[in-house]
Amino acid sequence: MWSLFHKFGSPPWLYRLSGSILRWLLPITVIALLAGSVWGVLFTPPDFRQGNSYRIIYIHVPAAVVALAGYYVMAIAGAVSLIWRMKMADVAMRACAPIGAALTFIALVTGSIWGKPTWGTWWVWDARITSMLILFFLYLGVVALYEAYENKELAAKACAVLSLVGTVNIPIIYKSVDWWYSLHQPASIKFTGGTTIDPSMLYPLLLMIVAFYALFTCALLLNMRAEILQREQRTAWVRRLAGSGESD
Amino acid sequence: MYFESVAAALQMEGHGAFVWSAYLITLGAIVLILYAPKRREKRFLRQLEGQIRRSGGNAPGAAKEV
Repeated sequence: MWSLFHKFGSPPWLYRLSGSILRWLLPITVIALLAGSVWGVLFTPPDFRQGNSYRIIYIHVPAAVVALAGYYVMAIAGAVSLIWRMKMADVAMRACAPIGAALTFIALVTGSIWGKPTWGTWWVWDARITSMLILFFLYLGVVALYEAYENKELAAKACAVLSLVGTVNIPIIYKSVDWWYSLHQPASIKFTGGTTIDPSMLYPLLLMIVAFYALFTCALLLNMRAEILQREQRTAWVRRLAGSGESD
Repeated sequence: MYFESVAAALQMEGHGAFVWSAYLITLGAIVLILYAPKRREKRFLRQLEGQIRRSGGNAPGAAKEV
């Protein structure tokens, strides 16, 4: 266990491992995203109340779910970076922020587009949507904070603290539709109790959630690889890599 | 397929503009989050390669073994 933990701390090992993972995970992710989208948009029946606008669910829900999960990944990486001063955890934390921001942006924009035909408005300042907007700013905050510091060690510490403090927002997002009256519907998929969505709609949704998790992993690894190379540019292995003209 | 024609799929009984624009924006964001780091990595390696070549294998910043 500890030897694996130490291996993760090794930039060349992590760079090579990420390369071999991406070689098969990236094509699978693209196929899963395409299959899930085509299935959801063209092969499922319309919702009896919302009609065809509900088809946005196949991108909106997976993006929101993974944007929230991504924040935990970022906060855990931040904690590891703070406690064990592990450079690669700092790299992972930094890599999570732009991906999380992009996924939260997808969730907010698709939610807004879905809101227009369903609620009659593009935006409402209710608890769920406002807390998601705060999540978006938290992700952007981590990106901006890192860039604001000249001393990158201090930047990593500040970002880790911001990530950890921001985790307070995550349970608020999850529970917002139960705690406050909201236009936003409660969760349709529940781990406890009954799921209120028909299997013909549920299966493509589950496929898309898995595909978005895979997308997050791919984007995280790609970002980490770029960051590792820049941080390790003075090492012999990166120079050999640049000299060889290959990136794996 | 649920829809009877391509036109019906595009139209989606009046919801087509909402659904398709949501998917297009998502596609753009996905392409960006996958392409941007790959481009950054490639560009960095090219720059470093140029630096190494210009300095005859000894670019500024002593190389250290790991």
